[in-house]
Formats: sequence, structure tokens, C-alpha cells
Amino acid sequence: MVELIVYGIVLGAIIALGSIGLTLVYGIVRFANFAHGDLMTAGAYVALFLVTGLSAWLGIPDTTFGSLSFGWRMALAFPIAMLCVAGVSILLDRILYRPLRAKRSHPVIMAMSALGAAFIVRMIVLILWGADYRFYRPGVMRPAILLPLGVKIRPDQILLLLVVFSLVILLYLFLQRSKMGKAMRATADNMELARVSGIDTERVIIWTWGIGGALAGAGGILYGIDVQLHGGMGFNLLLPMFAATILGGIGNVYGALVGGLVMGIAQQVSTAYLLPTYKPAVAFIVMILILLIRPQGIFGGGRS
Amino acid sequence: MKVLETKNLVSGYGETDILHDVSIELKEKEIVSIIGPNGAGKSTLLKTIFGLLRPRGGVVELIGAEVTGLSPDRIVRKGMSYVPQVDNVFPSLTIQENLEMGAFIRTDDYGDKLEEVYELFPLLQERKNDKVGKLSGGQRQMIAMGRALMLDPRVLLLDEPSASLAPILVGMIFEKIIDINKTGVAIMVVEQNARETLKISDRGYVLAMGRKVFEDTGKAILENKEVGKLYLGG
Repeated sequence: MVELIVYGIVLGAIIALGSIGLTLVYGIVRFANFAHGDLMTAGAYVALFLVTGLSAWLGIPDTTFGSLSFGWRMALAFPIAMLCVAGVSILLDRILYRPLRAKRSHPVIMAMSALGAAFIVRMIVLILWGADYRFYRPGVMRPAILLPLGVKIRPDQILLLLVVFSLVILLYLFLQRSKMGKAMRATADNMELARVSGIDTERVIIWTWGIGGALAGAGGILYGIDVQLHGGMGFNLLLPMFAATILGGIGNVYGALVGGLVMGIAQQVSTAYLLPTYKPAVAFIVMILILLIRPQGIFGGGRS
Repeated sequence: MKVLETKNLVSGYGETDILHDVSIELKEKEIVSIIGPNGAGKSTLLKTIFGLLRPRGGVVELIGAEVTGLSPDRIVRKGMSYVPQVDNVFPSLTIQENLEMGAFIRTDDYGDKLEEVYELFPLLQERKNDKVGKLSGGQRQMIAMGRALMLDPRVLLLDEPSASLAPILVGMIFEKIIDINKTGVAIMVVEQNARETLKISDRGYVLAMGRKVFEDTGKAILENKEVGKLYLGG
């Protein structure tokens, strides 16, 4: 049981990276981005291209760090892939969502367009890399280390938690200390007042999509390292991501982090009683329960 | 010298015109009040001047340059700030962060300006790291005015600064308006609280049904029995 909770925290950390992005975007543009899961997939596959294709071509040695399953290639690919997904995310907003916003389109149209964007991103991934399961390093032994209470954890997973932890700290510092971070919080509070104060809200929106995309990309790569890569991987995470976002209070970044961890643990612990194939159903049930019992989330929304 | 002028301004929401041919002006160092009954178009006038509503006709001039139809984030760079009547603070930010957002477009060191605002509103300095969402209406109004001052505006537009404040705070806010004016900021204030506002105003305009129906010095409007009966509630 303790082991399932630890695995739940690992899965939850990945979900949290996605739900933080969802909640940031929702807080600023009041829009539920159904393509967010597929941005994770895109990040995972861009990293796959960088690790297997480009790195080999550039002659970067294919070694691993200690007992981790990856080395310099992934260390370089990780930030580059994050930037690429940030770019895709900003591009989607500029060419698709922003024109619809400007026309004050109905929320259903916005949701449909996001769903369409999700399919497009996923199909591009499937066309380029096929529908097979992929690994960053096929055939590598991934030994586990034994922690107290009989918990087996792989070195990869410990590093994964450290990476997520660092990204969240960086985001916290950005939001609390930097001028653009403060402007993002101000814009989430009241966009009209932000404009009246002279804040360039369009620039704030671009930063928001960029950060949301970068975090989604990171989440996708980490999921690929921890489990495997597949064209539907991000979309399968979308439901727990939304549940985590709602659980934490829509628009509340730190709530989304906690919500992600809760969803990860709930899904993993459920496998002690249910078949693992029911994991998405568990996410769905938790989401319905939250909506019925406490739709404002455990911490309330980010907006008063 | 005129710092703000509207000529024959027409504006409204949707299909309906709310303002009809409104021409008003604000001179340097003045406090000018816009008064009139509910629904007269007072707030609409300020929103149109500040670019939150696009005028259907007429001209807005700010410090000698036309700003008709410019967006608020452009207008604020040209020396005019605006304090909305409601939702005029960022509730999840601290007091200090609210003021910093007022200075967002400044690239110079605005530490002095921050000090100045804190001198004007000492209460804000004491609680500068408190989240604004928890504060009272009077404190929020001070923060909102402080935020608007961070860019050293020549012109300040205030939309009903005393609305929904306890009577004891109303006097305090009007004193602050006089203090701000003394630092060289010309102020145009829209108010329900007409008599109190006229007392501190150099001049006033009476708006009714979206039209300018009367204008005079603040004192003269207060003494005018007919205007008093018609528009100031007897």
C-alpha cells in the first residue's frame, strides 16, 4: 500500500505539471484547453526525436548517468523539447484560439476547436512516429532500489520527483517575484483593470500559454521516461488533469499541484482493488464526486 | 491650459446611444465634477474618455493630442489614469504588488513615487504585504487611487470614489482627492454624492439623460436653487 502511494505521488507529479498549465491558462483566458494532454504527447515525442535522431547525428554520446536510464542526450533534449512545446502552445493560441476569442465565440465553439487541435497534434505524432509503444532507451534494465517499508523505487522516479519539485519552485519564484509573474496574477484577477493599469495583456497571455506548454512538455517527457511513449498518452492523462484542476480550485496554481498528487495517488491505490484498466474511470468518478460535493475545489478558485 | 477635452462625444452600449453630444473640459490643476441622477451616463462618459468604450462620434483630446478610440493601455501611457468604480483593485495581490502593477510600464526606478504614494496613504504602508482581498472598502479605494498615481499622470479620472463607503470615510476620501490635486494632478470626478463633491470642485457639469444640462463653478451650482431641486435632490 505504501508502495502504491509512492507510485501515486510519481504519477501525481506528472499530472500536476499538466494541471498547473491548464489552471494557469484558464485563470487568464477563461478557457478549458482540451488540447493540453496532447501537448504532453508532443513534448514526449519531440524529446524522442532529439534523443534518438538529432543527438546521434550530432554525435552526442549515448551514455547514462549512474543508475539512471538516460544521460546527456536527455539532459539536453529536455529543456529544448519544453521550449518547442511552449512554441506549439503559443502558436495554437495565436492562429486558433485568439481569433475565436476576438470574435467572442461561444464556449462550445472554443471547446470544439480545442478538441480539434488535440486531434491534429495527436495525428501529427501518429503520422511521424506511428502507433507503437516507444521507449527513450529500449531494452535498458531499470533496476529499482529498495526503500524502507518494502517500497521499490527506480532512480529515474526519484529524479522525476526532483525535476517536478524544481519546476514548481521555479514557477513559484516567477509568479511571486518577477514583474511578468505578478502581471500574470493581476491579469488573472481582473483583465480589464490590468489593461487600465497599462499592462500589455496580450503579452501576458503569450507568456501564459508558453509556460503552460513548457510544463505540459516536461510532464510528457517525464511520463515517457517513467512508463513509455504512445500517441494517446497525453489524452489519457487529460481526465485526471482536469479532475486535479477542479479539485484544486480552477485558476489556483498551488491547488492544481495538490490536486494532481491526490489524483495520482487515487488512481494508483485503486489498482489494489480494481484492474489497472479502470484507472481512467477512477479519475472520472473522483471528478464527478468533486463536482457534486465541492465544485469550487478544496481551496476555492484562484479568482475571488 | 486644457488638459482634457471632449467635443460632441456620442457613445453607448449595443444599439443604444447613452451619451449625446457631450462637450466638457478639464484645465490644468482643476478639480471638475460630473454630477447627475442615476443613469445619466456619468460612468459611460468616463469609460468613453478612457477608451473602454469606443465613441460613436465626437473627439477626445488629452494634453493637446487626440486620443479618440485609443485603447486604455495606450491612453494610460499618455498621462491619464483611471480608477473604476468597482473591481478597482487586484484582490489576490498584496498592497505593494497592486501599486507595482500601476507602475508596470515604467522602466525607471519608481521607488520615490512609491514613497510618495505611501506618504499620501500612510495606512497602506503599514499593511503593504497584506493581500488586498481581505481589506475594507475604504482601504481598497486608497489602493486603487494609489495604483492610478504610480505613472505620475497629469489627469486622473475617478468614478464614484465615495460609493459604498461609510460616511466617516467619505470625508477622508475627499480630503485625499484634494491632496492629490495639490500635487499638480488635474482631476475629473464622477459622483452620486453631489453636494460634497461640488464643495471641493472648481467647476461642475450636470448630466441628465446623457446630455450636458448645466455647467458652472462648483459654488454656483451649489447655490443654484433650480439645479438643486431638479438634480441634487432638493
